[in-house]
Amino acid sequence: MTTYLASRLLQMVPSLFLLTVVLFALMRLGGDPVMHLAHPEASPEEIAEIRAAYGFDRPLPEQYLKQLRMMLRGDFGESFRFRSPALPLVLEKLPATMELAAVSMLVALLIAIPAGLLSAIFQNSPLDLGVTTTSTLGRAMPNFWIGIMLILLFAVHLGWLPVSGRLETTSIILPALTLGTSVATSLARILRSSMLEVIRQEYMTTAKAKGLHQWAVVLGHGLRNALIPFITVFGLQMAWLLGGSVIVEEVFAWPGMGRLLLNSVKVRDLSVVMAGVCMFALVVMGTNLLVDFLYTALDPRIRYSSS
Amino acid sequence: MTASGPQVLGTESTVPEPRKYRYRWLWRLRHSPTGMLGAVIVVGVVLVVLLGTAIAPHDPELIDLKQRLVPPVWAEGGSVGHVLGTDQLGRDVLSRIILGTRVSLLVGIAGVALAMLTGVFLGVTTGFWGGWWDGLVSRFLDTFLSIPFIILALAVIGVLGVKGGNNMLRLILVLGLANWVIFTRVVRGEVLAVKERDYVEAARAIGQRSWMIMLRYILPNVTASIIVLGALQISTVIIAEASLSFLGLGVQPPTITWGIMLADGRDHLATSWWLATFPGIAITITVLGFILWGDWLRDVLDPRLRE
Repeated sequence: MTTYLASRLLQMVPSLFLLTVVLFALMRLGGDPVMHLAHPEASPEEIAEIRAAYGFDRPLPEQYLKQLRMMLRGDFGESFRFRSPALPLVLEKLPATMELAAVSMLVALLIAIPAGLLSAIFQNSPLDLGVTTTSTLGRAMPNFWIGIMLILLFAVHLGWLPVSGRLETTSIILPALTLGTSVATSLARILRSSMLEVIRQEYMTTAKAKGLHQWAVVLGHGLRNALIPFITVFGLQMAWLLGGSVIVEEVFAWPGMGRLLLNSVKVRDLSVVMAGVCMFALVVMGTNLLVDFLYTALDPRIRYSSS
Repeated sequence: MTASGPQVLGTESTVPEPRKYRYRWLWRLRHSPTGMLGAVIVVGVVLVVLLGTAIAPHDPELIDLKQRLVPPVWAEGGSVGHVLGTDQLGRDVLSRIILGTRVSLLVGIAGVALAMLTGVFLGVTTGFWGGWWDGLVSRFLDTFLSIPFIILALAVIGVLGVKGGNNMLRLILVLGLANWVIFTRVVRGEVLAVKERDYVEAARAIGQRSWMIMLRYILPNVTASIIVLGALQISTVIIAEASLSFLGLGVQPPTITWGIMLADGRDHLATSWWLATFPGIAITITVLGFILWGDWLRDVLDPRLRE
């Protein structure tokens, strides 16, 4: 297991390395970095001086290596908006984003597992039709619009919940519902189809023939096997959910990484943008690693070797 | 079997056969209510785009401050002149939704076309040649997969800047850049299977150049998957365009888009519910149309793509 963990962590290295290459290329595409540093009326001599001082006159590969060394130390440069190092600014917002992501996932699971399970067991019933129709509709609705509609109903119209912010404990309900429901639609769909496949397996009949209670068969033998494709999609959806959190954080003024990233993009605070993008990518890669380990816990047939 | 014309597998006995082969897709469409609904919506949306100003009851940009925030016709204080009400500047909401269809569809189709061209090129060449080229592109693929779409879009837009330049073109570029991955993955997988076929072997044996083999023998055999994927991706890209425009990073006013209308509507949520409601419904219906149509195309052309 330890060797597998080590090899998986090693596999992340090329991806992360390429990410830094892509980010470096993007930054250079955005224009001459010296022009951002020099004041507008700088003379050509002054510009040349700045270029030499920051090493922008060196060949590109050399500049890239310098930047890579800095990034590895966690140094993404200074935010010109906050006049402080970029990475701590991003890390400060990480807990709020993770909190929202975790609660949203919980909401998604609480909706998707019963919905997917029941619609598979009662296939072609009105309940099944309801679940499949809702999940198709959910696929077609932009999640930020669902958020706006939830605000309209629960905050403006009924006045039960706060409109936005993160001041009260109830503040998380609406953003988590927004993100959770949009993920729940695809999770319910995948659970339904994998459950339908599992139901037809022979071990299900055997379990029934043994005289097990119907629910013991469905939960103990059915759900556990159906969860494997479900977990795969769950991992993919985690990336999607983190992306969606940017827009949901904006709709609900949730003070997380996504909102910081968005506002930094609008004023072109590039060091914060780069630090934020790297952080999001790291969180997604970390989640995928976690999902891999969930497989072994669920299915003893899946064993990892280091080869 | 006395009926004329070719048979559809599995339907021999129960369903009467279509009279002519070339109308078979129409016959199949009639037997799929959801596919039919999707096709009707897609045709309707295209008609709305083509007719545009001709069917809009008002000039969508006409500001009439005496008619500000008029509610829809059925609500109290509504007027027959503005069926879906007016916005904060007295502009007709229905007319703006009709004109907003243009940007959504244009950006959706152009974004998918760009992603398709890039993705198919990379998918065919990596699948056919393999080797270092395949390895390199696959690493990039992994990296892109670990960055959620909206984060990637934020990074690119952050570097290119929000203001200035042709923002429609920039948006299409960003959407293309974010969506090539899925085309490459699917096409590469298909090519790996197709290139083992005998006719490819035969083409090689008679000394065809590899470019010719790819164009004449491989590409036509993966077209079905490409079309299906393209149809389904349009729905994703339309939502992405609305999201970015909503965040203020996509198309900029005065161009009318559903995303911008929703952003305006959010600011008047407490007083004017209709401003944020109707553009969202327009997005949902349009996206639903492409999803249902795409699902149907998949079932007809390429059932293997089914989840």
